[in-house]
Amino acid sequence: MTTLVERPDLVSPDGPRRPGEPVEIGQHPAHHEGPTGLLKWLTSTDHKVIGLSYMITSLVLFFIAGIMALVIRSQLMDPHGTLVSFQTYNELFTMHGSIMMYLFAGPFAFGGLANYVVPLQVGAPDMAFPRLNALSYWLYLSGSITMLLGFFVAGGAADFGWVAYAPLSEAVNSPGAGADLWIVALALTGFSAIFTGVNLVATIFYLRAPGMTMFRMPIFTWNMLVTAILILIAFPVLFAALLLLFCDRHFGTHIFTVQGGGVPVLWQNLFWFFGHPEVYILALPFFGIVTDVIPVFSRKPVFGYRGMVFATMTIAALSTGVWAHHMFTTGVVLLPFFSAMSYAIAVPTGIKFFNWIGTMWRGQITYRTPMLFSVGFLLCFIFGGVTGVLLASPPIDFMVHDTYFVVAHFHQVLVATAVFAGFAGFYFWYPKMFGRMLREGLGKLHFWFLFIGFWVTYTPQYVLGLWGMPRRVASYPVDAGWTTLNIVSSIGAFILGFSFLFFLINVFVSWRKPVPAGSNPWDGHGLEWFTTSPPPHHNYTHLPPIRSERPTWDYNHPEHRTLLTHKGPTGPGGGAGSPGGGAPTEPDPVGAR
Amino acid sequence: MRIEARLLIVIGVFFAIIGVIYWYTSYEDSGTVMLAAAAILGLLPGGYYLWWSNRMRPRPSDDPEASIGEGSGTIGTFPGSSIWPFVMGMGAFFVGLSFVFGIWFVPVAAGLLVSAAIGATVESRRGGMV
Amino acid sequence: MTAFTTGSSDPLPASRPWARRLQGPAARQRYTASPTATPGAHAAPEVSITPVAKRSRWTALAVAIGAPLVLAGCNAPSYFASSGATTQGHDTFKLWSGMMTTGLIIGGIVVLLILWAAFRYRRKSDAMPRQFHEHLGIELVYTVVPIIIVIVLFVFTVLTENEVDATVPLAATTTASGRPVVDITVTAFQWGWRFDYPHLDVGVVGELKNGPDHHGPQMVVPVGETVQITLLSADVVHGFYVRDFNFSRYALPGVTNIFDLHVKHAGTYLGQCTQFCGLYHSEMFFSVKAVSPAAFRSWAAAEVRDGHVLGPSGNPATNIPPKSSPLQPSTNATP
Repeated sequence: MTTLVERPDLVSPDGPRRPGEPVEIGQHPAHHEGPTGLLKWLTSTDHKVIGLSYMITSLVLFFIAGIMALVIRSQLMDPHGTLVSFQTYNELFTMHGSIMMYLFAGPFAFGGLANYVVPLQVGAPDMAFPRLNALSYWLYLSGSITMLLGFFVAGGAADFGWVAYAPLSEAVNSPGAGADLWIVALALTGFSAIFTGVNLVATIFYLRAPGMTMFRMPIFTWNMLVTAILILIAFPVLFAALLLLFCDRHFGTHIFTVQGGGVPVLWQNLFWFFGHPEVYILALPFFGIVTDVIPVFSRKPVFGYRGMVFATMTIAALSTGVWAHHMFTTGVVLLPFFSAMSYAIAVPTGIKFFNWIGTMWRGQITYRTPMLFSVGFLLCFIFGGVTGVLLASPPIDFMVHDTYFVVAHFHQVLVATAVFAGFAGFYFWYPKMFGRMLREGLGKLHFWFLFIGFWVTYTPQYVLGLWGMPRRVASYPVDAGWTTLNIVSSIGAFILGFSFLFFLINVFVSWRKPVPAGSNPWDGHGLEWFTTSPPPHHNYTHLPPIRSERPTWDYNHPEHRTLLTHKGPTGPGGGAGSPGGGAPTEPDPVGAR
Repeated sequence: MRIEARLLIVIGVFFAIIGVIYWYTSYEDSGTVMLAAAAILGLLPGGYYLWWSNRMRPRPSDDPEASIGEGSGTIGTFPGSSIWPFVMGMGAFFVGLSFVFGIWFVPVAAGLLVSAAIGATVESRRGGMV
Repeated sequence: MTAFTTGSSDPLPASRPWARRLQGPAARQRYTASPTATPGAHAAPEVSITPVAKRSRWTALAVAIGAPLVLAGCNAPSYFASSGATTQGHDTFKLWSGMMTTGLIIGGIVVLLILWAAFRYRRKSDAMPRQFHEHLGIELVYTVVPIIIVIVLFVFTVLTENEVDATVPLAATTTASGRPVVDITVTAFQWGWRFDYPHLDVGVVGELKNGPDHHGPQMVVPVGETVQITLLSADVVHGFYVRDFNFSRYALPGVTNIFDLHVKHAGTYLGQCTQFCGLYHSEMFFSVKAVSPAAFRSWAAAEVRDGHVLGPSGNPATNIPPKSSPLQPSTNATP
């Protein structure tokens, strides 16, 4: 059934509401009637269904890759660990990295949360290209299955690390179908990401509600826009590199092999031109989540909105010019250029940190689970960030490259973003997605076990790296003195893994004994809290007037509506809440934006 | 539209500058090509949007004073549900598998892809579920 | 500043497990095999880690709180890193120490701000907080200050980098200071190392029957002389890494990487391949033994006498055993 979507009507005629009172919208005239059950899942082009499919698939993959991590950590508890063979170990860490990087963190953010939340936040009925959106999901699912198929073919899964450095990934060094499946899986998921990127850009550019100017979009939407542009820059390069690698493996070309006059380091150039933006493709959405969560639970607008947008764009732009800082030790890259660019990224990231602190400053902070995870993100990310600045220095990179120091650094950064901030977003929007609350107690238990596990796991790894333990080793000498810290790190990993049991129990409990959430359980800011939970088929029957980046807040708190300049307070009951909303009674300060 | 255009053009200009700096400090081919491509990625749609933004009235979504009512009317046609993305996705899946397991996947893949292309086009024309 | 030192003036505290220097005539054999070879090491390194780590961690904490930016001098806090057995490594160490101190101070300030905001502004009443959302002055400050910090760090980075990357001309037989240059061609292969001394006609090839506790082939270098390493790879990408040199460099196929090492202290330093290179990556060890120049010359002569010489063509890469040569699988490496 194709629906001609009409723009939602004016704000509901009941007039402004008192602060804190949930906004309820009654009837859904645009209620969707279509297939149900499995057929609904197969045929739906609704961004909400697709977003949920993305999230569930990526969480399943997250748990699979997490179990691989626990096997890896168990192996390393003993210097001569014999839990798995070298071959299996190499497959496991390759798949752990590949799944976490390509199939969990990215798709969870730009496929799952963004798919669900961005159309809601800009007041759109759906993504711009619903069928392309569905195709993205099916490509992602096929890619994920293809990647996991590697474990079931002769020769096992890919075993060259998630970066697949040529010539190790060439046919002569890595024969077998596992490596080919890895390449095909990345090609499929790469196209899925590109399609999602196109879709997000088009949705944000073309389907914003009236009054939702670019500089009134929530920061999450801004970050997703920038992420989508980064996807469009980075993923085609990955696809090109994969295609060349496949030609090398099967069609007799010598692009990455010395024997035929090829250049092995070209793979690293191509891969990291994708790979470093990919790191920020994984980070920026989660920065956006945190920027949406902290103001809500501080009961304040985000501090330094324009600075945030500027910082996001700067991070994204610089991230595309730093790829070779992964290649400092190759000896064939231009060190000062990439070092300077890498250092420069610290500045916008710092701006973001201070803006988050400024948002909390003098607020009224309530520590519900999403806020707890967000503050946890701040505390966990900062140390990974500091060590990241150190790694921008080529001599220090020479010192710790490919040791556990780097492992600890990027795990701290990625776990802080994808797990802490990612689950902050999940806890935050779960009531909107399912219309029911998650339990606070279980959520807090999840947080504290995760937080403790995080530090116990990764702090020893920094020291191990400085003591010389290389990454991706399945065994190490007994007399190297690394055993104790490895055991500590493994115990931490199990605490970290254990914390997710609370999460699963939480979801299960909320499923069996639902606590209704109402449309606006957190007194939220963005447009998404204006509609019902879960939203009807085309999201909105009514929209509030959009006069700032937090229209729902302005509607619910007309006496505390967002001031867009420092011109002083406006009187209560201003134009924001009045039906029609188009004619504010006081001079509208919006023009400053 | 103007802000969108500016955003993309700034991206393009940034990469053009970085690309030039990179070329003249390293004389390395692959990175320069990729930076140039990124510059084009920004400039091409950015220029298009700029061209349009000078020729169109500001949309309600660009107008800070716009009321929700100004945007009323048809936004567009959004399919409520469609089987063809799934069929096309499975076609792409089999294309991928044919690269690994052999050419015999190709007929299956081609069948799926062609039927999906036809189905989706017909569906759009009819404006209803096929 | 002396209050914050982690060790004595000896740049390699013997209690550091990785920094154990093997004095005396240690041969190419397991370190644990010869008791006389490990005078400085603890008998049970696993047990000794905890106190060392604890002490250094408190040192690091003290420095983070109290110490000013330190970018020079041997008293710099180590933060678990080696202070560098080579001049290049020591330069890197000084940069590391200074940047780590700076990073901990800045990170500490940010953490304190976060914690202050998080605890101080917990919800106490239903009063609505003031809805402020920007302050241009403060925003400018925290944009400009990081830029300045980053520029300072970048300047120190470039200075150190120039020290570390400086190489004497390839053809030179003596450096400007009159010391001779020993050139060694290091070839990494799956899974071992070959060390060739073209000017001395010595070739040492790594054994392929590595076990987890076998420390691999040994590269002997003279102390106090500049050693020029030409790093090659015979197959895939490998990483030449010696922890106590604070240095690593990829062995890239098709690329000739040249760098200088100037070892300051005699001893044996463990090295390992750091870039994942396939099945036996975990066991691709080697070690560097630094001896006095005189001992180095006599070692070279003995090697030639024993027949450890370069291949007939003089091309070290041709002497690497072919990939198909049977491997001795280690205990847990069953395919």
